[in-house]
Amino acid sequence: MSTFEALAGNEAVATAMRQINPDLVAAYPITPQTSTVQKFADFVSDGLVDTEFVCVESEHSAMSACVGASAAGARVMTATAANGLALMWEIVYIAASNRCPIVMSLVNRALSGPINIHCDHSDVMGMRDAGWIILFSESGQEAYDNLIQAVRIAEHPDVLLPVAVCQDGFITSHGMERVEVYDDPDVKAFVGQFKPQWSLLDLENPKTYGPLDFYDYYYEHKRQQVDAMEHAQGVIMEVAKEFNAKFGRDYGLFESYRVEDADVAVVAANSTAGTAKVVVDQLRGDGLKVGLLKPRLFRPFPAKELADALGHLKAVAVMDRSISFGAMENAGPLFLELAAALALHGVQMPMADYVYGLGGRDILPGEIESVYRDMLHAAETGQVEQMVTYLSVRE
Amino acid sequence: MSGTGWKDIPIGGMILEAGNAVEYLTGGWRAFRPVRGEADCTHCFQCWLFCPDSSILVDTENEKMIGFDLDHCKGCGICASVCPVNSRVIRKAGEELAKDDARLCIRIVEEGKFQE
Ligand code: SF4
Ligand code: SF4
Repeated sequence: MSTFEALAGNEAVATAMRQINPDLVAAYPITPQTSTVQKFADFVSDGLVDTEFVCVESEHSAMSACVGASAAGARVMTATAANGLALMWEIVYIAASNRCPIVMSLVNRALSGPINIHCDHSDVMGMRDAGWIILFSESGQEAYDNLIQAVRIAEHPDVLLPVAVCQDGFITSHGMERVEVYDDPDVKAFVGQFKPQWSLLDLENPKTYGPLDFYDYYYEHKRQQVDAMEHAQGVIMEVAKEFNAKFGRDYGLFESYRVEDADVAVVAANSTAGTAKVVVDQLRGDGLKVGLLKPRLFRPFPAKELADALGHLKAVAVMDRSISFGAMENAGPLFLELAAALALHGVQMPMADYVYGLGGRDILPGEIESVYRDMLHAAETGQVEQMVTYLSVRE
Repeated sequence: MSGTGWKDIPIGGMILEAGNAVEYLTGGWRAFRPVRGEADCTHCFQCWLFCPDSSILVDTENEKMIGFDLDHCKGCGICASVCPVNSRVIRKAGEELAKDDARLCIRIVEEGKFQE
């Protein structure tokens, strides 16, 4: 029997970590991730896990310890946010390139500067080309569920890539909610035992991780990472199916909320999707055919599936909680990628980007409603009035 | 392109067999080479101990340093800087010797200037 507990998103993540009982956790405190690792440290000192818990002196060291332990054959987890992730940078790429199935809880927070500890997605968007699988979570429940699934995804022999599980800093990481916590034995059975294929501690079969790799084979190793990404999508769906059968929660590449018969939709990730669902229900009450698409899988980007899910619409808006400075129209990364995906799959419709919520600026239902109204107008006229809008910025 | 394709090589650049560095002939990287000089070697094995490329050849039976494995030696010159006989020669000379000075025990000679 599972139990229902009042948990903040970070506590839900720490609970998943307790149940997973990884061999090693290396982390450095950074707001708003700190309470995850703090809670997990309690579990360590209370003897509820037998994890080797490494308190490092920086995030660069945290990720380095993770890579080393993973190469040694350990099941490894870490947690970070924003500038902490930025400090890990060099090793974030190495983790993926060395094919270390590390799982990271990433609590999305604005990158400084100016200094800001609140939510936006500039941190995760910076790692989008690093070779990690990236999952978004609307709530603490989803962060919990995704983390459990992430272990299986990362360690799948056809994948062997690190996975970052995102949730919104403070909004869900510190927001108390009702979380269904599954029984420890069930979670343990689901994640199973990590059986590394190549372990540095396998002294009978000595091997080398991370050697010099020049123009002769570096390129082939990058091609292998592409192959792993190609396999990841299928594995993510398999794991989701098994998860649903066991725990009764249905996950996919994204969630389509009332999109099927909609005229217009908004695409929004993480906690904003929750607010947008309320707006969708209200507008539906007024007879307006609107829907919401909430991406779960951002890397690999399920372009074809998104095009299929959105292709029938008359207009679509993307809500981006970060800016890709200097990119086309100074839009947000989610918009840019989705626009390319739709175009390449032959879907043409008015599209607009709404940058919002930077540095933790509140996003209110009325603002999301204004986005829907703009899109309904665009659906009528066949064109958007403005390609990129910086929603609620003071003019 | 010749060579093994990406599907048939270990992932992540992993090297799955131990001890295969010997197959990688790094001697071609060398800009300088170690050469025996006039001073007598005492076979103290300091050079053998410090050489980062295991390129000091020794006769283990007779416990002698017998030369350099030039297929793998990268010419870093560490052997010459740790050789205690070299230090003695330099001290005796009372001057800063060039690293290819013939009086040394291990000299480091520019590849372009090397003659048998
Ligand atoms: S070359 Fe120098 S360091 Fe090497 S064994 Fe001889 S005396 Fe010792
Ligand atoms: S030059 Fe360097 S690599 Fe060559 S033998 Fe001497 S210490 Fe070894």
